[in-house]
Amino acid sequence: MAKALNDGLRAAMERDPRVLIMGEDVGRLGGVFRITDGLQKDFGEQRVLDTPLSESGIIGAAIGLAVRGFRPVCEIQFDGFVFPGFDQIVSQLAKLRYRTQGTVPVPVVVRIPFGGGIGAVEHHSESPESLFAHVAGLKVVACATPGDAHWMIQQAIAGDDPVIFFEPKRRYWEKGTVDPDLSAAPPLHSARVVRPGSTLTVATYGPMVKTCLEAATAAAEDGQDLEVIDLRTLSPLDLGPVVESVRRTGRLVVVSEAPSESSITSEVAARIQQECFFSLEAPVLRVTGFDTPYPPSRLEDDYLPDLDRVLDAVDRSLAW
Amino acid sequence: MEEPQAWVPGDPRSRPSRDQVVAGLKGTDEGGVELVQLLTPEGERVHHEHFDRYIADVTLDDLTSLYRDLVLVRRADREGNSLQRHGELGIWVPLLGQEAAQVGSGRALRPSDMCFPSYREHGVAWTRGVDPTELLGIFRGTDHGGWDFAARRFHPYTIVIGNQCLNAAGYAMGQRFESKVGDRETGEATICYFGDGATSQGDVHEGFVWAAAYDAPLVFFCQNNQWAISVPLERQTRVPLYQRARGYGFPGVRVDGNDVLACLAVTRWALDECRTGNGPVLIEAYTYRMDSHTTSDDATRYRLADEVELWKLKDPIERVRVHLARRHGVDQGFFDAVDAEANELGERLRAFCRSMPQPGPERMFSEVYAQASPLVEQQREEYLAYHASFADEGGRP
Repeated sequence: MAKALNDGLRAAMERDPRVLIMGEDVGRLGGVFRITDGLQKDFGEQRVLDTPLSESGIIGAAIGLAVRGFRPVCEIQFDGFVFPGFDQIVSQLAKLRYRTQGTVPVPVVVRIPFGGGIGAVEHHSESPESLFAHVAGLKVVACATPGDAHWMIQQAIAGDDPVIFFEPKRRYWEKGTVDPDLSAAPPLHSARVVRPGSTLTVATYGPMVKTCLEAATAAAEDGQDLEVIDLRTLSPLDLGPVVESVRRTGRLVVVSEAPSESSITSEVAARIQQECFFSLEAPVLRVTGFDTPYPPSRLEDDYLPDLDRVLDAVDRSLAW
Repeated sequence: MEEPQAWVPGDPRSRPSRDQVVAGLKGTDEGGVELVQLLTPEGERVHHEHFDRYIADVTLDDLTSLYRDLVLVRRADREGNSLQRHGELGIWVPLLGQEAAQVGSGRALRPSDMCFPSYREHGVAWTRGVDPTELLGIFRGTDHGGWDFAARRFHPYTIVIGNQCLNAAGYAMGQRFESKVGDRETGEATICYFGDGATSQGDVHEGFVWAAAYDAPLVFFCQNNQWAISVPLERQTRVPLYQRARGYGFPGVRVDGNDVLACLAVTRWALDECRTGNGPVLIEAYTYRMDSHTTSDDATRYRLADEVELWKLKDPIERVRVHLARRHGVDQGFFDAVDAEANELGERLRAFCRSMPQPGPERMFSEVYAQASPLVEQQREEYLAYHASFADEGGRP
């Protein structure tokens, strides 16, 4: 996935000379996850900026550059470090277009490696996507596979809306195929069925897509045919495929690493019960991280939803 | 002060003197020994070895034009206050007392320069060709800013304190990346306005860091009006604010913010520095907020009337009037004509404000995104249908 993102960024920079990359350690080092590896060498220091260590500055300056006509792609080093920049994201990035009635677009992409599972210290494993999805004016997406990562980052950069782009850091090293044809890629703001099935619908995104697919494989051995949907876009949500699926299966489990309260999973649950009330055979169940701060990493296997917790929810739904 | 301060590591002059610290702490009506002033409160032109050259081209016509700007800007501001008192505006943010800082610095800009205001910069807006009627929507609640941001090169008002300093730094970085810096004649620069209270915000400090790190052609223009709502300057800083620039490695100057000539000269110098690649620069315009923070504020709760009376003696407009009359023999007819024009402006603003249409509910949903969100579209359709369902009853309750 890291390579797919790197190639995607490179293609976007080649396509449009106004595209800039900016962030901490993204230049000479190539980013702490090496997502921007080699880009500064090839595009120079004015297009790949090793910035001061200042997240509010990264977002705030990117906004100014966008007003000037550039298309900045910011890297926030880790999920838990985005909050110094949260003010600029919420107060300026999200609202400038609306404030100016479309006359000052701010096409800024903020890339954030998110989620746990890498045994890191505090602030390096969080899933803050709901905080951004709640903010009008922002678009929020999460990629799950190398193929999606490659095209979604290019689609995000090409659009005129600010996009918070979540990358599942523990999947950076996953292998996968990248379709060389952009026209074959689905639109950025669309969900996708990644495993068709008929028994029960599982909706998820980001790092949990792989987990849920593994759960579906395990469930198949028990004769349960799970349909897995990768939401891909978290704001706006594209619930069409989920609605269509739940009307067939009558059961939905929503899975995310983030805490459950006021979250993407609660939004999906609320809207699906509204849209599919007469199709549901069981309440919408959720499998999430707990409503605690992210724990010390020796406990993260307990905190993070895994194959067994997903299957447990599947069993509870089917037993209803 | 002979020259704008150069940053010399190890030089004892790089540290604030005891007197400077005390002056900063006291923060009274005296700007201190390093205050750049070209026109005294009594209307006397005083000479300055370094900054005189930046207004050497200012003719009598320019002076009368500056006077006219000051008077009209004050009239527009007072009209805003009145309109709020009459219930036509939800709130007004007065600039009374800060006319010279805004007009002087604004008139130093070229059309190709960019400007990032805070929310009190009605006088700068005037110099950018933004009509005062275009400011009213924000305070009446009909829009969030109604001027042509790109054509005026005057960014929307920024209400969250200090945010704009980073946005301005980014914009100025862009000017540098586009090679618009380096030539005194063709170079571009950016100016960013903020207040003394904002200097305690992280974004202002980060703006200083970023502008310095990228040699951005950015003039930080701090209007030190002594009060952040009810909190005096001494709660924000130990040293005079202009001296903060030293710590970031660029020059800082304190100018008499009630002296339109000094503000014009110092800002021209600072913009010149930026255009030629020597940015950024910090200007502290030492001035005073003569009115309350906003029409919702009551300044009598936290400051003495004596202080306001003292500052009235340093009025930014009166000194220009006296100077024009005494030194240039400008007659009463001119001043009367400007006053008449100001009254016309006031009437025009009043009439415009009262006729501003109520925005329709569809406005609420417009331009949230470039690529429409299905959720917002659905909410728009449902709400407009709901709204329309009251048509028979004469409108939504």
